[in-house]
Amino acid sequence: MSVLNTTTAVPAPATSGSATWRLIKAESRLSIRDKVGPLWGVGCPLIVLVILGMVPALRERVEAAGGLTYFDLYVPVLILFNLAILAMTALPTTLAGYRENGVLRRLQTTPIGPARVLTAQLVANFAIALVATVLFLAVAGLGFGVDLPRHPAGFVLSWLLGAAALLAIGLLITALTPGRGPATAVGTVLFFPMMFFAGLWVPVAQMPEVLQTISHYTPLGAGMQAFQAAYLGDFPAAAPLLTLAAYAIGCTIIAIRWFRWE
Amino acid sequence: MPAVIEVRNLHKRYADKIAVEDVSLTVQEGEIFGILGPNGAGKTTSVECVAGLRVPDRGEISVCGLDPQRDRTELTRRLGVQLQAGQLPDRLQVAEALELYASFYPHPADWRALMGDLGLTDKAKTAYAKLSGGQKQRLSIALALVGNPRVAILDELTTGLDPQARRDTWELIEGVRSRGVTIVLVTHFMEEAERLCDRLALIDGGRVVAVDTPAGLTARARIEQRIQFRPSKPMADHLLTDLPEVSGLTRRGELVIVSGNDNALNAVTAVLARNQIVAERLRVEQASLEEAFVQLTGSRLDSE
Repeated sequence: MSVLNTTTAVPAPATSGSATWRLIKAESRLSIRDKVGPLWGVGCPLIVLVILGMVPALRERVEAAGGLTYFDLYVPVLILFNLAILAMTALPTTLAGYRENGVLRRLQTTPIGPARVLTAQLVANFAIALVATVLFLAVAGLGFGVDLPRHPAGFVLSWLLGAAALLAIGLLITALTPGRGPATAVGTVLFFPMMFFAGLWVPVAQMPEVLQTISHYTPLGAGMQAFQAAYLGDFPAAAPLLTLAAYAIGCTIIAIRWFRWE
Repeated sequence: MPAVIEVRNLHKRYADKIAVEDVSLTVQEGEIFGILGPNGAGKTTSVECVAGLRVPDRGEISVCGLDPQRDRTELTRRLGVQLQAGQLPDRLQVAEALELYASFYPHPADWRALMGDLGLTDKAKTAYAKLSGGQKQRLSIALALVGNPRVAILDELTTGLDPQARRDTWELIEGVRSRGVTIVLVTHFMEEAERLCDRLALIDGGRVVAVDTPAGLTARARIEQRIQFRPSKPMADHLLTDLPEVSGLTRRGELVIVSGNDNALNAVTAVLARNQIVAERLRVEQASLEEAFVQLTGSRLDSE
């Protein structure tokens, strides 16, 4: 920006690019001030990670999990926990609130339009999730000796697809719920069964066959499958990756189709 | 003066009811144009169509020569809007909001100066949710002006403000007009319309009932003056009822109540003086805009 300003005599008209960037910064700041994301999405899983890391019994290997310990498995579970809170609770609550309070409508009267605030919210939550994931991996690695995923590219791809799928679900919740209250309720109600299928309470590998199958078709279950493969050093199988991609694309399409600005 | 806003035969219906039946009006450059009417008259829907927020079912709208639907982006650069239900995120601070909104426009106003003009500098770091009603309203006006618009639409500007804040806001609007911004003011407060507007459109039941200056509307309603007094000594009715200016006379106890046209007061006082009658406790009721409104529309404004 400063370079632009010094090279032009007249202050350069604010480009839409700089407006978008400012919106992203503003939305990130607001997301952090809002505390739902930072507290529930980052703080809570981080504390759980540290507590579980101190439980010796969780250092046992899980049968049918390819040599990973219970605690090893909890690292990706908590990464998914973070993504799910941000995308399915923080994002829809904020956006449905914006719609309810006329924030989106107010933006409709500016040259920027309301679609860009959606983008800014998505980017802000994506950024917070990225920082949180790096933090969790660092704490698990440096604090408790958990190795990084042995297939980093597979892990990154799984993470990106997982984030896309969950953010798309968050958008869909925003689109289909009438207001802030219902959006929070739907997000929270969906959160617990979805986390169950990610293995928050029982590792997926120890679930009965039927539940495992169901798990593989849920977004967090598919994410967990992909993460587990990456941890073990394999590129994730096509099935979980395609499942995540299908959620991402399908939910986005339906959300766009049904989105109401007011 | 060139027309800044032209609305011709605007018609808008929602699923269950007609919001705007037939509205035509022209707003001239540099004026404060009021749109006055009771709740549900179609005021807000009309200006929302002008701002491009709603698509009219019929009719033509031109704002600075632009079509609100076709030239949407260009319109938003020239038209500042303060909406009844337009809000900001709770935790966004005053200065952040102004800086952010300034970045949306190609040639924004100096948002810091605007913040000062609106008396919000002390509140620069206050979150939107923590502002008082008046402060929110002022911020909302600042945001409507931060893009340096040629035209500003202000909807129910002072609803919910206390009388002092209302007066301060009126002064502010006059200040904005003196910068050359054309203002469309939607209101259901008579006093506000009377004080601020150069011209007014009375809207009722989705139609424009009359467009005129506040004084013109009062005159047009041809509301009679009412003169009330206590004669200092007994007086025959015909002294006054014979006057061509007087249309009626009633007595209530000691009081005489005379109704008549604009010149009735002069005629009555002249006759009384000639007969050495003093009009004690004299009261003259002038037609107010409020009465004009009732007369012209047959309905009443809802007061808060």
